[in-house]
Amino acid sequence: MQSLLIVVGVGVGVAVIVFMSALLSGLQANLIKRTLSSQAHITLLPPEEIARPQQSTGETALRLQKQAQRLRAIDQWQTLRDRLETWPEIAAVSPIAAGPAFAVRGDANKAVTVLGIEPEHYNRVVALADRLTAGQLRVGAGETVIGIELAKDLGAEVGDKLRLTAADGRSDTLTVTGLFDLGNKGVNARNVYVGLRTAQSLLDLVGGVSSIDLALHDLDLAEKVARRIAAETGLTADSWIKTNAQFVTALTSQRVSSNVIRFFIALSVAFGIASVLVVSVIQRGKEIGILRAMGATQAQMRRIFLLQGGIVGFFGSLLGSALAWCFLMLWQLLARNPDGTPMFVIGVEPGLVAIAAAGASLVGILSALLPARRAAKLDPVVAIRG
Amino acid sequence: MAKNPNDSVLHLAGIRKSYGSGALESEILHGLDLHLQRGEFAALIGPSGSGKSTLLNLIGLLDRPSGGELRIDGEDTGRLDDTGLTRLRGQRIGFVFQHHHLIPAFTAEENVAMPLLIARGRPDAAMFERAGHLLDQVGLNDRKQHLANQLSGGQQQRVAIARALVMNPSLVLADEPTGNLDTHSADEVFKLLREVNRQQNTTFLIVTHDPRLAARCDRIVELVDGRIVADRAHAPA
Ligand SMILES: Nc1ncnc2c1ncn2[C@@H]1O[C@H](COP(=O)(O)OP(=O)(O)O)[C@@H](O)[C@H]1O
Ligand SMILES: [Mg+2]
Repeated sequence: MQSLLIVVGVGVGVAVIVFMSALLSGLQANLIKRTLSSQAHITLLPPEEIARPQQSTGETALRLQKQAQRLRAIDQWQTLRDRLETWPEIAAVSPIAAGPAFAVRGDANKAVTVLGIEPEHYNRVVALADRLTAGQLRVGAGETVIGIELAKDLGAEVGDKLRLTAADGRSDTLTVTGLFDLGNKGVNARNVYVGLRTAQSLLDLVGGVSSIDLALHDLDLAEKVARRIAAETGLTADSWIKTNAQFVTALTSQRVSSNVIRFFIALSVAFGIASVLVVSVIQRGKEIGILRAMGATQAQMRRIFLLQGGIVGFFGSLLGSALAWCFLMLWQLLARNPDGTPMFVIGVEPGLVAIAAAGASLVGILSALLPARRAAKLDPVVAIRG
Repeated sequence: MAKNPNDSVLHLAGIRKSYGSGALESEILHGLDLHLQRGEFAALIGPSGSGKSTLLNLIGLLDRPSGGELRIDGEDTGRLDDTGLTRLRGQRIGFVFQHHHLIPAFTAEENVAMPLLIARGRPDAAMFERAGHLLDQVGLNDRKQHLANQLSGGQQQRVAIARALVMNPSLVLADEPTGNLDTHSADEVFKLLREVNRQQNTTFLIVTHDPRLAARCDRIVELVDGRIVADRAHAPA
C-alpha cells in the first residue's frame, strides 16, 4: 500500500519532469524553427572594413556610415561556392545579390530590400516555396515574388506589375508571380525576391554577389563552422547564434531555470522515497530481525532496501512517463492554433524515457542509502524482542 | 563434519553479559559454563528475568557476550566479525521463538525455504522441494500454500520448526516455543521437537516455563539470577 503510494508519488514527479522537458524542447525547437524559417544558418559577407572611430554621434553618424557603405561584392564567389558545397557540414549554399530599392505601384511607394536569388538553392536555405500564399516561386526575367505585407501596402496581387528603383536611379518593371508569408511582419513587408541576374543589373553588381547564405545539417554547429569559414576565407561569417544572441541567451536561461526546477523535483522525490523507506525499516523491524536470525548478513539487508529504492524509482518512472505522455496528448489537444492545427508537435522520446527510468532508479537507490544503513545496523535482538 | 555422538555442539566457559556502561552497568549473566553434546535434548528453566532469553541470544550469535568463551561446533566465535557470526548462525543454528515470527506476506512453504534462499541468494526448485518435505514432516502437507497469517498458532509454530530445521542445523534454540499455545497444541509441538531430535540426532536447547514439558527432556539446566544453580541429567518419562 505504502509502496504503491510512493510509486505514484515518484510517478507524478517523473511525469512533471518528463512533461516539462518534452514541452520545453518542443517549444524551443519550435521557436528556433520559426526564427530560422526566414534566416540562413550562416551568412557570408565581404570582409568588414576596419571601423574608424566616429567623431559625431546619432543620426548624422548613421547617415554618413550609410553613404560610405557602397555595395561590395564577394570576390570569386563561384569558386567559394563550389568549395563550400563539398563541406560535409553544409547542406546548401545560396549566393545572393541584395541591396536597397524603392518599390512603386501607382501612388504607393515603399522602401524594400531586393534579393536576387537562385531559387532552387535559396529554397534549401529558406523554404520559400512552402511559404507561398498565392502564385508560385518563379523569378525569371521580369518576375518577382513579394511578401503579403508589401502586397497589402502596394495594393498588389499576383499578376500585377510594380516598379523597383535602386539608389542610383536604375529601375526595372516586374510582374508579381507569387506572394509569401515567412511568419515575420518585417520580412513580409521588406523582402522582394527577384532573379539573381535581375538584381545584379538593378544594383550595379554585374556578375557579383553581396552575400552567400548557408544552411547546415546541424544547427548547433553554426558558430563553429562560421569561425572556420571566416578563418579560411577572410570573409565575415555570421552564424544565426551570433545574430540572434539575445534569443539564444533567452533559450539558455530558460533551460537553466528548468534544470533548477527539475533538480528540486528530483530532490523532493528522493526525500519522499527516503522517508517511506525509513518508516518501512521501522515497521519491518521484526521481519528484519527474523531474516538476520536466519543468516541474512548486514550487506544482504542493505541490498534489499537499496533494491527496493531502485524498484520504486524504476516503476515510478515508468508510471511517470505514461502520465507525461497523457499530459502531452491532452496538451496537444488543447493548445492549438486558431486554425485548429497543433501549435507545435511534441512527443515523449524513448531516449527521454530511458534517461528518466535510469535517473529515477538511481535517485531511488541513493535515497535508500540511509534507510538501508539503518536496516543493516538494526540490532536483531531488539528487533525480535517486540 | 563427522557426526560423532561425542561431538561438542556447544561449549560455554565463563560467559558474562552486562548491559549499560559506567554507573548504569548491570551484569545479567555471571560467568556461565555449559556444554552440550550432539543429540542432547535439554531444557533451560528458571524464573522470569533470570536471563534465559539473554543466554539464548548469546548462544544464537544474535548478541555478543561481555566476557568468556563461546564455541559452536568447536569453532571459537570470539574472533568472528558480524558477517562471520551471521554465516555461522545461518548454517549451524535454528531458531524457534515464542511468538512464532513468520513473515506474514509469505506462504508456509516460502517461509520455510527462506533460510535456504538467504544462504544461496536465488531461489531454485530444490529449495521448495526440501521446504515441502519438511512441512510434510511437521504434518502440514495440506497447508503449504497458505499464507502464514492464515494458519492457527500451533500450525504457525510447526512452520517455524520446519524453518528452523531446513538448514540441517547442529543446534536448535527454542525460546518458550509452546508459551503461546493451548495445552493440546503445546503437546503436539513438543512431541514434534522430540521426534526430530530422536530421528536426526539434532541438539535442542529449549527454554520453557512448563515443568511438565521440562520433565520430558533428557537434561534440565536451571538458571537463577544469571547463575546456573542446577544441571541434572534426567530420565525422560
Ligand atoms: N537490552 C537490555 N538492556 C538492559 N537490560 C536487559 C536487556 N535485555 C534484557 N535485560 C535484562 O536482563 C534480565 C534478563 O532478561 P531475560 O534474559 O529476558 O530473562 P528471561 O528470558 O529469563 O525472562 C532482565 O532483568 C532484563 O531486564
Ligand atoms: Mg525470556
